[in-house]
Amino acid sequence: MIEALRKKAEELLKNKTVSVVFGYGEGSTPERTRPVFITKPEEVNKLTWNKYCVYNLTTYLKRQETRKLGKPAIVVKGCDARTLIVLMKESQIKREDVYILGVSCDGVGDPLAEKCKACDVHTPRIYDDLIGEKGENKELPFDERYAELDEYENLSEKEKWEFWQKQFEKCIKCYACSNICPLCFCDRCIVEKNQPQWIDPSAHARGNLSWNVTRAYHLAGRCINCEECQRVCPVDIPLNLLNKKLAKEAEKNFNYRPGYNIDDELAMSTYNEKDNQDFVR
Amino acid sequence: MSNETTFEPRIVAFLCNWCTYAGADLAGTGRKQYQANVRIIKLPCTGGIDPLFLIKAFERGADGILVSGCHPGDCHYNSGNYHARRRWNVFKPLLEFCGINPDRIQFSWISAAEGGKWVETINSVIDAVRVLGPFEGYQKINAIGPEGPGEGFAPSSDTTGCECK
Repeated sequence: MIEALRKKAEELLKNKTVSVVFGYGEGSTPERTRPVFITKPEEVNKLTWNKYCVYNLTTYLKRQETRKLGKPAIVVKGCDARTLIVLMKESQIKREDVYILGVSCDGVGDPLAEKCKACDVHTPRIYDDLIGEKGENKELPFDERYAELDEYENLSEKEKWEFWQKQFEKCIKCYACSNICPLCFCDRCIVEKNQPQWIDPSAHARGNLSWNVTRAYHLAGRCINCEECQRVCPVDIPLNLLNKKLAKEAEKNFNYRPGYNIDDELAMSTYNEKDNQDFVR
Repeated sequence: MSNETTFEPRIVAFLCNWCTYAGADLAGTGRKQYQANVRIIKLPCTGGIDPLFLIKAFERGADGILVSGCHPGDCHYNSGNYHARRRWNVFKPLLEFCGINPDRIQFSWISAAEGGKWVETINSVIDAVRVLGPFEGYQKINAIGPEGPGEGFAPSSDTTGCECK
């Protein structure tokens, strides 16, 4: 598979279809990988693929430094490909401006990442070239995909509050969560605006709740649960639980899974006259 | 809290200009009585209410929030309340997931003709929050650190009366 990937990358760079390949490279230890940006055909041997390729490389599509490199080919797993669909639907990238090297994936991480436990996109749903075998994607039932949340949803109100306060208390406002997120692409984040100052930018417990709730809410109906925010969090806040809860509500109420069907309308930029309103008096 | 024995909830109501605000106005001109625990914030449309407004209200000491606008189909801007409803559909469960009681954040449709419904709704919101007691969780957070509670919506010793001059 690695050979096929390198060969394809070499071909794309040689015939100038793309000017850069975003891929995974070997890290400092065998259990690590790091992103590599390959611009010369003779460098393709740096590319690798293994179960430690956990990251979502689509985040580099939003960065000035990597955008400067020209049209990219990007190595994506099934989950990462969903990010690409969201980015296209939100007019952040054009389909023709990115060459998608999909890889079929049986799950990454050791131990297996949480996101892989209920994965139903082992083969990317969008790609120009598929590396690896094309498998059949069978959509998993709703309950199974959101099973991780049950434990937390069943807590009492007080326990929930205490659990989350304990988590948010740790937040040091480093904003790693939004920097890594491929879908947090605003040039100026709400937390950077100070007239008025909606979110207290200091690492005060008060601002921590507003920040973490707002960050999650801005991803409602958009987040594909790649868990990158949670992975990079230096103080281990389980941020993806919030994202997943929002994804669950969006799917339950609007029957929408972000990045799943490219023809679906974005959940939060449309509406249905028959939307749920049981909670409205 | 200055007086623990008589807790009076602070409710912030975000109302749309065209329906609920006019409905509340109608309640006033109709001389209908309701509890004075509510601070009304008039906005052009529920569709323009960023959920951040609601978090901010809690942050500044609100015990409960009511968001109210035109009935579906009646929006002055055609679809503002439909978009708002979508947001509430995900935002309310998110707050509940974080451990905020659902009674502290309520939503309603009240038209310009429904002065009676306004009185009923706001009274029941206030009563529900009175039972829940002060939103101690958040107020405790505010008290942490050298800054103390945020300014602006600061609790005053007299929380019942209207401060209009």
